[in-house]
Amino acid sequence: MNIENIKSQFPIFSKKINGKPLVYLDSSNSSQKPISVINRLDNFYKNEFSNIGRSIHSLSVNATNKFDETRVSVKKFINANSKEEIIFTKNATESINLIASTFGQQNIKKGDEILITELEHHSNYVPWHYLRESKGAVIKFAPINDDGDIIIGELEKLISTKTKIIAVTHLSNVTGTIVPVKEIIDIAHKKNIPVLVDGCQSAPHLKIDVKDLDCDFYAISGHKVYGPTGVGILYAKKKWLEQLPPYIGGGGMISEVKKDRISYAQLPEKYEAGTMATAEVVAFNESIKFMESIGIDNLVSHERELTNYALEKLKNINSVNVIGNPKNKAGVISFTIKGVHPHDIATILDEDAVAIRAGHHCCQILHEKLKLTATARASFGIYNTKEDIDILCKAIENCRKVFDLK
Amino acid sequence: MDLKELYQDIILEHGKSPRNFGKCNGHNHTAKGYNPLCGDKVEVYLKLNNKKNVDEITFEGSGCAISMASTSIMTELVKGKSLEVAKKIIDEFLNMIKSGSAMKTKDLSEDQKTKIMSLSGVKQYPMRVKCATLSWHTLVSALDGNKIEINTEKED
Repeated sequence: MNIENIKSQFPIFSKKINGKPLVYLDSSNSSQKPISVINRLDNFYKNEFSNIGRSIHSLSVNATNKFDETRVSVKKFINANSKEEIIFTKNATESINLIASTFGQQNIKKGDEILITELEHHSNYVPWHYLRESKGAVIKFAPINDDGDIIIGELEKLISTKTKIIAVTHLSNVTGTIVPVKEIIDIAHKKNIPVLVDGCQSAPHLKIDVKDLDCDFYAISGHKVYGPTGVGILYAKKKWLEQLPPYIGGGGMISEVKKDRISYAQLPEKYEAGTMATAEVVAFNESIKFMESIGIDNLVSHERELTNYALEKLKNINSVNVIGNPKNKAGVISFTIKGVHPHDIATILDEDAVAIRAGHHCCQILHEKLKLTATARASFGIYNTKEDIDILCKAIENCRKVFDLK
Repeated sequence: MDLKELYQDIILEHGKSPRNFGKCNGHNHTAKGYNPLCGDKVEVYLKLNNKKNVDEITFEGSGCAISMASTSIMTELVKGKSLEVAKKIIDEFLNMIKSGSAMKTKDLSEDQKTKIMSLSGVKQYPMRVKCATLSWHTLVSALDGNKIEINTEKED
């Protein structure tokens, strides 16, 4: 696999930031886009644009077909049973909100319990908090250990007869922990509890097989998987999508509308009200093709090599502390430098065109647990190289110099 | 812009060893500030006397070098000033950070002005302006005796 060749497919890397070549280490936040995705968007708007599903004319028929082709690609990409199990949303956040809202409306009563973990992103906590407010649900947090791994035994102990759903991330956006979700799903299913997996971080970094996991719900953000913004995916087992009430109401999601009654459309349209991000969904097909052209196994091994290389190099820099040491770790490295606040780190690194993120990364529960207010985070994508890590380490040395650290 | 203009020695020094840190005895005005984007927090403690002069001013909190230095320098400059003068200094400082105008007040010595002007480089870094101004907005709230926590994302 030739990374330089892959990198050359991303136009942004021909740009200079502060006069220097961009070292983009913020892919956990959002990935850069390959030219094929950008061209597809451009071409669709220039030559093929029409709204989908509503008109008889040729453009609309073509757009509808293209939209559907992406759905079929996603189904294959995550190994779902049928394309009706793939719902397009705005992002993973909306996917989780959709389930929290509809599942909660139907299945959560006062005192019922929702089990999440201390690793969760705010997007897999806040939607459940709404049910705490509106229904009087109880939210429990499965604890993590000092390494950043969920303590499965403790999670198991927190399951009670009142537990109605478990929601857990597949990959932490702070510690890079790869969570053994299959094990958690097995435990939950033995007690007939459905599981939602937040796959926002895992989709660009791991092989996703929803059939093998047997998860009930899986949420993905397209923009983190080399795709356009505005495309999210909700995978849900068909039985749930059939059983749960609709979410957003409006055009496209109805079957028949009368003054005294309304019936809803079949799947997947039941959950896709209003005009969707048509061009973006069409272009997202190119993102999947891009991922497949690399091969998920190649991608995993490249990112693992980068992560190990980075961890080894960071270990040798005085005063750098890497957050967490999980059993299985993906290309997400949060760190602190003793004596330098993460925001100062980010400003100084930016001077060398090294783009990292600083803050709590939408994980205040996790940061509180780690007794930190903020961390700096370098996260990798397929386009990163060992040279990027070398430049990162040099920029960190520069931080130490600016702050006169010994 | 050179990083050295942002991270001047005086800022690094105040950031590392902030002055007037902790709770002061007999404080009668306090206010809290919070930046939800980064989680930084600051609490300002004031002791105002009968004539509305700032007898004591201290702070507690955590933050980046810019915010710690800005708060530390703020406490040095405001200590001993009247409420009215303190507010004038705050206004001039906020204008300096936003529009780059110089500090003209006669209520500060040249040394003090040099010190506070060391923060003017922040205006080149729009994402960092709130780091420098949070404690100053919090001080206004403390002086006014407001009970509302200052939140950088709820400014008008």
